[in-house]
Amino acid sequence: MAIRWGSYKVKNLFDELLRASGRPRPAAQALCSYLRTLKDRDIEAYKTAAESAIHVMGVTFTVYSEDEGSIDRVWPFDIIPRIIDKKEWQRIEAGLKQRVKALNLFIDDLYHKQQIVTDGVFPGELLEDSKNFRPQCVDVDPPLGIWAHICGSDLVRDKDGTIYVLEDNLRVPSGVSYMLENRQVMKRVFPEMFEQHNILPVDDYPSQLYDTLAALSPRPGNQPEIVVLTPGVYNSAYFEHAYLAQQMGAELVVGSDLVVGEDNVVYMRTIEGLTRVDVIYRRVDDLFLDPEVFNPESALGVPGLMRAWKSGNVALANAPGAGVADDKVVYAFVPEMIKYYLKQEPILPNVPTYKCIDKQDRQYVIENIARMVVKPANESGGYGMLIGPHASKEEREKFVRLIRRDPRNYVAQPMLTLSTAPTLIGNRVEPRHLDLRPFILSSKKTYVTTGGLTRVALRKGSSVVNSSQGGGSKDTWVVDLEAS
Amino acid sequence: MLSRVASNIYWMARYIERAENTARLINVNTHLLLDLPRRVRLGWEPIVDITSSRDYFYSLYDDADERSVIRFMVMDLNNNSSILSMLSMARENARAVRDIIPREAWEQINELYMRAKKDAPGVLTQRHRYDYMRSIILGAQTITGLLAGTMTHDEGYDFLRMGRNLERADMTTRIIDVRSAALLPDMSEDMTTFENLQWMSVLKSLTAYQMYRREMRLQISRPDVLKFLLQEDRFPRAFNHALNEAKSCLFDLPANDKPLQLIARLERKLMRAKPQALKQDKLHDFIDELQIGLIDINNCISEVYF
Repeated sequence: MAIRWGSYKVKNLFDELLRASGRPRPAAQALCSYLRTLKDRDIEAYKTAAESAIHVMGVTFTVYSEDEGSIDRVWPFDIIPRIIDKKEWQRIEAGLKQRVKALNLFIDDLYHKQQIVTDGVFPGELLEDSKNFRPQCVDVDPPLGIWAHICGSDLVRDKDGTIYVLEDNLRVPSGVSYMLENRQVMKRVFPEMFEQHNILPVDDYPSQLYDTLAALSPRPGNQPEIVVLTPGVYNSAYFEHAYLAQQMGAELVVGSDLVVGEDNVVYMRTIEGLTRVDVIYRRVDDLFLDPEVFNPESALGVPGLMRAWKSGNVALANAPGAGVADDKVVYAFVPEMIKYYLKQEPILPNVPTYKCIDKQDRQYVIENIARMVVKPANESGGYGMLIGPHASKEEREKFVRLIRRDPRNYVAQPMLTLSTAPTLIGNRVEPRHLDLRPFILSSKKTYVTTGGLTRVALRKGSSVVNSSQGGGSKDTWVVDLEAS
Repeated sequence: MLSRVASNIYWMARYIERAENTARLINVNTHLLLDLPRRVRLGWEPIVDITSSRDYFYSLYDDADERSVIRFMVMDLNNNSSILSMLSMARENARAVRDIIPREAWEQINELYMRAKKDAPGVLTQRHRYDYMRSIILGAQTITGLLAGTMTHDEGYDFLRMGRNLERADMTTRIIDVRSAALLPDMSEDMTTFENLQWMSVLKSLTAYQMYRREMRLQISRPDVLKFLLQEDRFPRAFNHALNEAKSCLFDLPANDKPLQLIARLERKLMRAKPQALKQDKLHDFIDELQIGLIDINNCISEVYF
């Protein structure tokens, strides 16, 4: 028997599948007993089947190197799924909808009256040196008043079982294609499990995305022409761009395929000549979108795109400037935003966050820096962070100086112990830390993926789940216990 | 269909076809050299000439000896028309349209490039060369077959077929031109066997030998070979056939008047001529005209669609 749950340690942390007693949680019961019946060679066979499915389906991310050109790497995938009870999921889903609604109201407010600043809830000075506030977007009215149509929020669970929102990605969040492909792999590997248990499907994301984008078309009534704008084949998420375009039946375009006419309308160059584009799902960062307005060196963008967008002749998803709420200092204010705009209590809590711009908070952070995770406001992917408990004395002192010099740019959070799930390491199961990235679509209606992308840190003890730093992924099952 | 996508598909097909044809050329030349008596051997220079890279070659190499030419034509990445350069460009074009072409086709193209790169050093020895060339030819044919069998025959496929056939027509003229120009101009009578050997090599480099025999039922002779390779409409690598294929692709595409006119003009020129009667220098001029015709068609397609 390969999986010896007896040797699996769940002390002092929260495990997604097993309780501290070592017994499975209700939603994971069926899976755990199933896994127990497997022999070593079954597990080996399943693993091989999953690997070959991934290979055949061409699920990759791209790493570019000078010598080899671009290389497609397969992202490590673990065949033991992460399981969430549907009841718990419904609460998370409601919390995410509430959060994204407030974030969209906040962004729209910032680019118009800035009522939230006038009312003293959000400090205006934070905007002045925000790297993601775009003065070019002031007074623009995107369709439906929505700026962040696609949001990927990262959720983590602490050792006491509380789920926190760690951050909201409102610029060009990626990973959804892995969520979809992981499910395809699992269906090939464990068809019995899907037959016998009520695992909620995830496959409708591409059609939901299509509907979300179609609702933004400036020419309602017509069949909208939707395109996915990619930076190109060397982008690490190119696989996802191509995948989503294919799944939606949209054209995958690069900047040079598009042209903005004198009439401020966006066209694409086709073999039939120029044809009009209505909606652009852009996977290019703001600053590269339009060399007329932003980075003039950008070859990825389309000159005149901002003109066309401001004239309302084309919809951009996400809207330029939406990233202003994708900032670790702004993040700290999301609970206040929910109360301010929606007059509701937040359903999902933020990780307790100390804003260094606040004098009291700053003093607390500096005094307790050895227990803190300090994050710069505008970096992503884990860059420029201090992990207090693991840092040297010099590093901590350096960060104290950095915080004193530029307090606006830093927030700090207590160190969490991320929850774990059993993960196959060799032919043994061991606990590994993980997070969850659900995707939230907003246009006429709001849609949340069922579960999301579970990322797992494959290195023992590590909490870093990024694909570039030794992370892998798992399928995420939302299980309906009442229906089965 | 996006212009860029059409252009990527068109060039992907051209590069794959060109890599295949280059492999054919090298194979046949290797064999020909073994058959001809030492004093009439032409060596490897004609291969460099066929790809119009004479000047460039001599800027990099001192001598057109076997080793240098093979290196230049197979693995030199400085040379845009080396097999590896072409497969690499085919791969980059394919990569950009991975969402359009069937997944297996992309995998085959990727694999062919990887294999060609890994095995390239082997071609410097004659023993491994044949296998290498054969694997390039078969690899290219596999891709062609995969695409024919699994890709929707839509506009994208038209661009693919058009690229392949224009490239094919072009290579056929190049092979005729260089081979015939180099063909033993003032040889005495007893050399005719060798001349025939040369023409046989022309046919073989296009895998046309067997088909020629079935079609013409004749001895190998210059006039018949020329007629077969230029004007035959049923042999896939004959100029006339390839041009017809390109024409049939254009019928399905929008705004096709101009390119179709150019094809019709070239077709008239081709069919009115009696290439078999042309003397060497006149034949060269005629082939020049055909090539210019192809260049015009290519430019017109770029202008209208890309």
